[in-house]
Amino acid sequence: MRIELIRRPERSTTMAFLSPLLAIVLTVVVGFFIFAAIGVDPFRGLYVYFVEPLTTDWSIQELIVKAIPIILIAVGLALCYLSNNWNIGAEGQFTAGAIAGSALPILLPDVQNFATLPLMLLMGIAGGMLYAAIPALLKIRFGTNEILTSLMLVYVSLLFLDWIVRGPWRNPQGYGFPGSVDFSDAATIPILVEGSRLHLGLVLVIVAVLAAWFLLRRTITGFEISVLGQAPRAGAFAGFSRTRMILLTFMISGGLAGLAGISEVAGPVGKLDVVISPGYGFTAIIVAFLGRLNPIAILVAGFVLALTYIGGEAAQITLGLSSKTANVFQGMLLFFVLACDSFILYRIRFVSKPRAQPSGIANASG
Amino acid sequence: MLKRLMTTAAALLLAFAVGGAHAQEKLKVGFINVGPKTDGGWTQGHWTGAEKLKAALGDKIEITFVEDVKEGPDSERAIEALARAGNKLIFTTSFGFMDPTLKVAEKFPDVKFEHATGVKTAPNMTFYNARFYQGRYIIGQIAAKLSKKGVAGYIVSVPIPEVVMGINSFMLGAQSVNPDFKLKIVWINSWMDPAKEADAAKALFDQGVDIITQHTDSTAPLKIAQERGLFGFGQSHDMLDAAPKAQLTAIVDNWGPYYIARTQAVLDGTWASQASWDGLKEGTVQMSPYTNMSADVAKAAEEIQAKISSGEFHPFTGPISDQDGKERYAAGVVAPDGDLLGMNWYVKGIDDKLPQ
Repeated sequence: MRIELIRRPERSTTMAFLSPLLAIVLTVVVGFFIFAAIGVDPFRGLYVYFVEPLTTDWSIQELIVKAIPIILIAVGLALCYLSNNWNIGAEGQFTAGAIAGSALPILLPDVQNFATLPLMLLMGIAGGMLYAAIPALLKIRFGTNEILTSLMLVYVSLLFLDWIVRGPWRNPQGYGFPGSVDFSDAATIPILVEGSRLHLGLVLVIVAVLAAWFLLRRTITGFEISVLGQAPRAGAFAGFSRTRMILLTFMISGGLAGLAGISEVAGPVGKLDVVISPGYGFTAIIVAFLGRLNPIAILVAGFVLALTYIGGEAAQITLGLSSKTANVFQGMLLFFVLACDSFILYRIRFVSKPRAQPSGIANASG
Repeated sequence: MLKRLMTTAAALLLAFAVGGAHAQEKLKVGFINVGPKTDGGWTQGHWTGAEKLKAALGDKIEITFVEDVKEGPDSERAIEALARAGNKLIFTTSFGFMDPTLKVAEKFPDVKFEHATGVKTAPNMTFYNARFYQGRYIIGQIAAKLSKKGVAGYIVSVPIPEVVMGINSFMLGAQSVNPDFKLKIVWINSWMDPAKEADAAKALFDQGVDIITQHTDSTAPLKIAQERGLFGFGQSHDMLDAAPKAQLTAIVDNWGPYYIARTQAVLDGTWASQASWDGLKEGTVQMSPYTNMSADVAKAAEEIQAKISSGEFHPFTGPISDQDGKERYAAGVVAPDGDLLGMNWYVKGIDDKLPQ
């Protein structure tokens, strides 16, 4: 018997919906066997990893705190990817936004009024936008590969952050240790639930998700994004501007990443520090695809990914597992999503005996 | 099938809950670490300390040792998770955990927090450190005696005062033997990155250095030294097993006695927030056996070690000038601890610009 992948006449909407769910189920099933293989009771392992973080108010709040930057970035990336522009450098735009927005509380620490925080958020958005404009303009002007340029700019921004918090922006009262001054209350994002770290960023996330959904479904620009993404030539005949779209989607995704960056330093971190992200900009890429580039689904996917982080930590503390457990689960999730996505365009056929005649439709390439 | 799964899960939960209730009588002690306990250096030093703690008070306590926690916002959650899991004494063992530890300490007034190598305290939070600079002076002297070219390589992590203090102490030791001693410094911006550490070691050896030392956590640099038939010093933990022919000695962190004393204090109800900075004298800093060197050099090293340990000699005794030639301490003046803990300048003779 052989197994063949047959191309479907048209993409399967059922599979497009089922694929991420199937991927999550497969991840859990394989996780079960991994736990068993390393000598951890699989039921308890899965409970600690996937269920326990959802059982207390505190861990749910922490889950949301973790998901906020990931979802903000992923929503922007989805617009970019839908238009066939591959921004891989959200981590850099996140960092640029954090630095730009921090300029206010660090350089003018005495400016503390109602406008401080809104101004910081706007500066953060602007920082991310401008930083994302670099690969966009390079692509428009010189036809450079935006995957490479945006990715490499990540490292530039991280080194710049490293320099600035050890040098000019270092806290003078910090005993020579790296990191800026602590932000004042006026420069800190308000907390939504007293005693937790859950901050106003959650509202920003909901606004961003709804706005992106509206943009895609209800506006001409949204239509242009999908036309230019799926059929660039058709878009060109319709008079849609490809260069405008490159710049627009990069700036939107950069702006959202910048907003995530400033929300993070003005929120949970509380100052501009050497390390401000455990890789949110890259995790958001997984989230964008897990959410099928659909803003509403990304909201859900963001919480799933946040759960793999929080659960990974819980597994470390409660079960004594390696900190690499979370990486393994995230890796499996992405792998299964990509694998299951094959079934959107292909279906499986079981062939019981060798075919008599060579077939033109059998196509084994995934 | 689903029902059976649920029953099994419920039974396991129950077993877990009962187990938890039983363990509650014991004092729960947590550790948050920046690297893996098998790093052969810094984190392994704390792991060894935790094991000694377990051996001494194991029937009264329960230890949770969390590895690979990133410095930054995530560490606050990891620390809080330990506090929420019922740990009443929590050691956070890397500099970058300072502010997160303070934040969690404010939320959990009945939990005691101890932060390694920091500077901040609270009623229920203290910091502890060891006088590693004492060992660095000794290895500086050894390096100056053994280097044929009069130049050593120094692989460093991040330019915080703790690290700058170590570089200065090493250089002062080397200059006491050879006033023209040279130092090549490589910053890798990470505490634990074996690949970068190895690259740094190779680069230093390629530039003609014949002895290296490090303020990073892995055994990678010493392994490179061994490959090249050259020498180096172990960091935080005895690394002789990793490089039996290359390690001259190691500055060993012996946290065990401190962890036992502090845990006992919590058990007795006598714990108080008091910063601790012990060294060779108290045994928190130890030198592993002097190997791969002549008996004379080893003997001289033992002598200076005894002098530092007894307090007869302090590595930071003037005259000491900084890079610009400005005199920082006049002859005979000993640098106060406060200055050392905030040190952000190089001593004269170091040909490197401190990252600013």
